[in-house]
Amino acid sequence: MVRPLVPRAPFPLNAPMQDIGSPDAGSDQTLEDRLLAVGRDRDRAAFAALFGHFAPRLKAYLRRQGCDAAGAEELVQEVMLLVWRRAETYDPAQASASTWVFTIARNKRIDVLRREQRPEIDPDDPALVPALVPDRPESADRRLETQESAGRLRAALKDLPPEQAELLRLAYFEDKPHSVISIERGIPLGTVKSRLRLAMERLRKALRDTA
Amino acid sequence: MTVPTHHPGDTLLIDYAGGALDEAVSLAVATHLALCPCCRLNVAEMEAVGGALLEEIEPEAVDPTSLEAVLARLDEHPPLPRAAAPVRPSKPVPVPLIPEPLRRYIGDDPSRLPWTRLMRGMDCCDIPLSRTLSGPPGSRSKARLMRLGPGVGPPHHTHRGIELTLVLDGGFTDDLGQFGRGDLSVADGSIRHRPVADEEGCLCLAVTDGLLRFTGALGLILNPFVKF
Ligand SMILES: [Zn+2]
Repeated sequence: MVRPLVPRAPFPLNAPMQDIGSPDAGSDQTLEDRLLAVGRDRDRAAFAALFGHFAPRLKAYLRRQGCDAAGAEELVQEVMLLVWRRAETYDPAQASASTWVFTIARNKRIDVLRREQRPEIDPDDPALVPALVPDRPESADRRLETQESAGRLRAALKDLPPEQAELLRLAYFEDKPHSVISIERGIPLGTVKSRLRLAMERLRKALRDTA
Repeated sequence: MTVPTHHPGDTLLIDYAGGALDEAVSLAVATHLALCPCCRLNVAEMEAVGGALLEEIEPEAVDPTSLEAVLARLDEHPPLPRAAAPVRPSKPVPVPLIPEPLRRYIGDDPSRLPWTRLMRGMDCCDIPLSRTLSGPPGSRSKARLMRLGPGVGPPHHTHRGIELTLVLDGGFTDDLGQFGRGDLSVADGSIRHRPVADEEGCLCLAVTDGLLRFTGALGLILNPFVKF
């Protein structure tokens, strides 16, 4: 479920702008549809709509990562340019649009704010040990499944006990490993770990539940 | 191919998925992921959590001219070429000893690395990271490759901070069990363990966590695995 979150930003009048995150936006195009349209057709209107949805969220995310307002603005633009350039590689069977944008933003901020590489696997590496059950259902099914599980995930996130939800947000938004969160917040390491584990267990259940 | 039995655990994987780990620790976790389909699935799900959190974050209005500015720049930024589909060779390719992402740091032939002898049967080789040149010394995690001869173990020690050891070849045994290729040992200050390399010796990636920033003042790190 998406909630109406973004205040209508004062976008230029000539830009085809709507917040597609709100259910009343009068469009049945999902974020995933828009992202695919950008990848397939270099669709600028779809891109502008994605910008309207993601830019204010990315700005909030980057501010929480310690960016000042001007730096966050700049980085939001860089991330959205990457969305434009990489849209062709987006696979809706693998991830929701939000998840895909999140990973791009995460890697870009590590690159820019920390000046570090982010080591990641290479899916085509012959040294990669394959999954025991590699069979994936048809791509169309997977896409639907990914969308449905993203919906269940957001619902489960709202139902988390507040102390678990808070730690989860710290872990994702503050660029601090859980060991540092424990020290800074004065919460025993064991408590931090068990709360994160419990939270993840519940979210995993929601993600995997196909019933 | 066997799959690992010792894993980073949820909290470390959440740190990785959220992007909170520094390069050295990420390198150990990501190289484990290459060898562990189970943790790969976990990380994909944790990234989905990141997506859901981004979706529900309290948004912050961007500069009204921002969209225009980006639209004006789109043409300077042609789509990045899609990675060419890997050519499927007719013969099975040999499996590299060193998986990515570690391979792009050290290559695939450890025998060619500039090893330093620490003690009899124990050599090490520091791995250069992005931070090595720019960051303040000792402020960040370090990554090094360790090579242990059969039956070799470091002197008894406890850890300060967290130390990750990822086995790449051979194996070792400690109080927690046997560790083979792909297994990741996560040791913190609460653990007193005595790793001893197995008969075939052990090649591993050893990483100390950035917590050294906080513990460094408390005293010397005793473990030769992590004393840089
Ligand atoms: Zn694993």
